[in-house]
Amino acid sequence: MMRRAARILSLLLALLPGAAPALEAQRSFGDAAAGTRLLLRSTTDLAIFGPVIERFLARAPDIAVDYEQWGSNDLYDTALAECRAGQVGADLVISSGVHQMVRLVNDACAATYRSSATATLPAAQRWRDQLWGVTREPAVMVYNRALVPPAEIPRTRFDLLDLLRPEESRYAGKVATYDVESSGLGYLFAFADAREATTFGAVLESLGRTGAVATCCSAEIIAGVAEGDYLLAYNVLGSYAQVVERDDPRIGMVMPADYTLILSRAAMIPRNAAHPDAAGRLLDFLAGPEGQAALADVLLISAPSGNETGEEGPVLSETALRPISLTPALIVALDRQKRASFIELWRKSFPLSPATESPSGPP
Amino acid sequence: MADAVLPRETSLTTRVAFAVALLLIAGGAIVFVAAFAYGRQAAQDAYDRLLVGAANEISASVSVGQAGLLVDLPVSAFQLLALAPNDRIAYRVTGTRGELLTGYADLPAPPRRPLAGVVFYDGDFFGEPARYATVSRRFAERDLSGTIEVTVGHTLLARRALAYDITQKALVVLAGSGLVMVMLAAFVVRSALKPLDRLAGAFAGRDPYDLTPVSEPVPQEAAGMVAALNGFMGRIDQHVGSMRNLISDTAHQLRTPVAALRAQADLAAVEPDPVRRDAIVDRIHTRTVDLGHLLDQMLSRALVIHRGESVRREVLDLRSVALEVAEAEDHALVAPGAEVRIRIGDTPVLVEADMLSLTEAAKNLVANALRHGVPPVTVGAERVGARAMLWVADCGPGPDDALMGRLGDRFAHGTREGTGLGLSIAAAVARAYGGALRLEKRPDGFRVSVDLPGTDA
Repeated sequence: MMRRAARILSLLLALLPGAAPALEAQRSFGDAAAGTRLLLRSTTDLAIFGPVIERFLARAPDIAVDYEQWGSNDLYDTALAECRAGQVGADLVISSGVHQMVRLVNDACAATYRSSATATLPAAQRWRDQLWGVTREPAVMVYNRALVPPAEIPRTRFDLLDLLRPEESRYAGKVATYDVESSGLGYLFAFADAREATTFGAVLESLGRTGAVATCCSAEIIAGVAEGDYLLAYNVLGSYAQVVERDDPRIGMVMPADYTLILSRAAMIPRNAAHPDAAGRLLDFLAGPEGQAALADVLLISAPSGNETGEEGPVLSETALRPISLTPALIVALDRQKRASFIELWRKSFPLSPATESPSGPP
Repeated sequence: MADAVLPRETSLTTRVAFAVALLLIAGGAIVFVAAFAYGRQAAQDAYDRLLVGAANEISASVSVGQAGLLVDLPVSAFQLLALAPNDRIAYRVTGTRGELLTGYADLPAPPRRPLAGVVFYDGDFFGEPARYATVSRRFAERDLSGTIEVTVGHTLLARRALAYDITQKALVVLAGSGLVMVMLAAFVVRSALKPLDRLAGAFAGRDPYDLTPVSEPVPQEAAGMVAALNGFMGRIDQHVGSMRNLISDTAHQLRTPVAALRAQADLAAVEPDPVRRDAIVDRIHTRTVDLGHLLDQMLSRALVIHRGESVRREVLDLRSVALEVAEAEDHALVAPGAEVRIRIGDTPVLVEADMLSLTEAAKNLVANALRHGVPPVTVGAERVGARAMLWVADCGPGPDDALMGRLGDRFAHGTREGTGLGLSIAAAVARAYGGALRLEKRPDGFRVSVDLPGTDA
């Protein structure tokens, strides 16, 4: 049901001519009469990030937070447009499309902020004192516990290839992944995969040959796996999968042992922010021990080597964890021609179908 | 001397320290500028190479496809640029007609076209200063021919940091060497000034009445000072000696006549006969005149010796001395009616001496000649080679040989009336101006000359 509703919604949005970039959800936190109203735009689900905001406001009662949930592409477009026009937009932007955030910083759209809390972040999660990776979320494979026998659970990408290899594989058409064109995060994962190992070509070829489904949105994909529409989902954001896995026994989750991409949602204070100081305080909270604990509670920060939350598979070595560093090299991901050729390559495996034409969705 | 309050000039150590400090500051400033320039250049070169590397990599990734030019932007090129980790990156690839293939549309254009090789230039990148490199690549394909350009740039944070780092390291070395130089300078100054300390110690340890020349080894730079000091002490020594001589002469010379006078006076006091008493009084008068004459001479001698040692010398003509003496008529007192002739030439006879002393010497010689010699007496001045002579001659045979040997001594005199001081004065004057007194027995008489070194000016 959820899936259908989302699909209808996205179709409707796609049909609207020149639809303005729209936010997906919105909520105000804190005292309505608070002196400072901080506008936070994020790609994170409101339901997940809400408790973190509340913990922040418990410490900063003089601040109220207007939370807006956006799709990553829309958020990027809006932030860039505001930056170019010199308009006042959000006070803090947190996005999972870190390549987009890197590009925003590269285009001088970010304000510089330094504090002892931000300095404690690892170097790979900082860039220019303008961009900070505040979360730690693995890209995982999700499977349906009922339909995938334990022996067939893919521990690595090679296992996945093996599952898809037979002519009559029952996984054919039953594997889902993000559509790279509609999901900024999906594109980023695919792009990082392509950089990380040659396996990606084989995976893409296998998925395309077996008619895998490229679609939008974490919630939709995970729900599809739970309901048995898909047996497996590849490159799903682990934080969302873990939330569902906690309550839904049908869902299993694997961090691939060959390598697991680790995403750090990137936070940035826009250059034209109206309340950079308040944004800095929120940033300090998120980067500091208390905020990190709050993020860990809502599973936006996963344990370093993974097995505490109960997913199967061997404990991953540190070397198998591949954080997506906040470096200017990510600018390549947004290059016009690079993106075009990458999507072209992708489309060879996942031909355009009406269902995937949706412009955006929550990653 | 040590506790006397002297007007002090800046100490030598302070002067040298000041000079070294000035040198270090000036040198330091120069090295600082040089280090900064070098650091900037080194950073510029290092990061420019990075830009060229990235640009070439991107340029190599351009290929000709069915849809025209394809840029498969290599991640490695950006990883290369990310070696300047905090710098923002600009890039652009333009096609054969100058159209934008990919990257930032509004980067500053290169100042000239990179037909071969690479063009570096400075520009802006979203409001921040940046450095760009543009390389070109030629295509000659069936469908496409022409030149594409790849521009890569980045902001300057890493360059500045490297330049700063290099400069800082250079300055650390500079500061270290500066410190060493200061210490060396201190050492050098101390050892250079050590002889002065030693000299000061030698002076301080001296007996206050010791006026002998300083004999310590003296560095060349201080030799002048010490020589002057030695000269000064020598003059003081001479003064003291003259004074002592004067006192002992005076005592010696006066004792006999004063005793005689007293004896005569005593006699006169008890002489009842007025005629004989008058004779005694007459004798007392004669003796008193002699005594007065003696005193004049002694004072005159003391005067010339004093002037010889202390009065500034001037260039003067001996002829005018001779004229003055001949015309002064002083000799009338000694020998009334005697004639003093003069013999001088047309050329000046120049010496460096004191007019008064020479006149005094000549008058004494004339008085001697009138008193002991045979008239007529002649005064003359002449130049003989490098020597200048002031002479007094008479027509007599001169003193006998035994007396000749002692003449010029202080108390040598041939007869009772003479005291010998006249020659002694002349000799002292001659010595004081670097000359000597010459006594000559000549066929035409006896001649005494004050023989001085002549001057040409």
